[in-house]
Amino acid sequence: MKIRVKAKEKNGLVDAKLLIKHPMETGRRKDKDGNLIPAKHLTTITIDYKGETVFDAHMGTGVSKDPYLSVSFKGVKGESFEISAADNTGESAKKTVEIK
Amino acid sequence: MTISRRNFFSSLGTSAVYLAVLSSLPSIAWAKWNIKAFTAPNLDAAIKVNYGDLPIVDSLMVKLKAPSIAENGAVVPITVESKLANTKSISLFVPDNPTPLVAKFNFSENSVAKVKTRIRMGKTSEVIALVEANGKLHRAGKAVKVTIGGCGG
Repeated sequence: MKIRVKAKEKNGLVDAKLLIKHPMETGRRKDKDGNLIPAKHLTTITIDYKGETVFDAHMGTGVSKDPYLSVSFKGVKGESFEISAADNTGESAKKTVEIK
Repeated sequence: MTISRRNFFSSLGTSAVYLAVLSSLPSIAWAKWNIKAFTAPNLDAAIKVNYGDLPIVDSLMVKLKAPSIAENGAVVPITVESKLANTKSISLFVPDNPTPLVAKFNFSENSVAKVKTRIRMGKTSEVIALVEANGKLHRAGKAVKVTIGGCGG
């Protein structure tokens, strides 16, 4: 899974827009041979800033493919924060982002 | 004056309790992903697993934006915001989806209780937001008509 982020600070608030490439298979879809495609979806997305978790999202199969999230938190331009994402099959990804 | 053994141990016990409470107070409990909540097959079960028996009240302080008609149920844009103080979390439910709990967003005192995302809807249904704040669940809902369902299968 690839994490794409844009983070801009304005008046002490960081506006973060995240897009995580992920199929978010519901486990209900069938392939062309009629077999069920197993569920594979993100379970958590976490934002850590200055060593603390400031936000997290828990999700299941109800979030669209390539999950999109727009969130805001207190922060300062030039600092960095970390995004972690994990899915139900044990796959995970992390990305450190600089606040513009 | 010497303190009696009984009083000494009793005061030790009390301070231990205070210490335990203090150390657990400031930090927010960042929960683990709850499979039961996300596989609950109906709205009531999904709410109960998440929140137990917290009272639910309708609230105009919960702003839920969703399209009235979603052409594609696989991608329905949602904006949800809580104007309530001490907002701990916002959850989104689609009661007519096979598993109604869609997502739960948890906030610290340093994040803003407003989230935009895109969800899947299997068919025309209400979208419900529940905001946990001050020991209650504050509710807002919006009916969304879906022309092509988006849950697959």
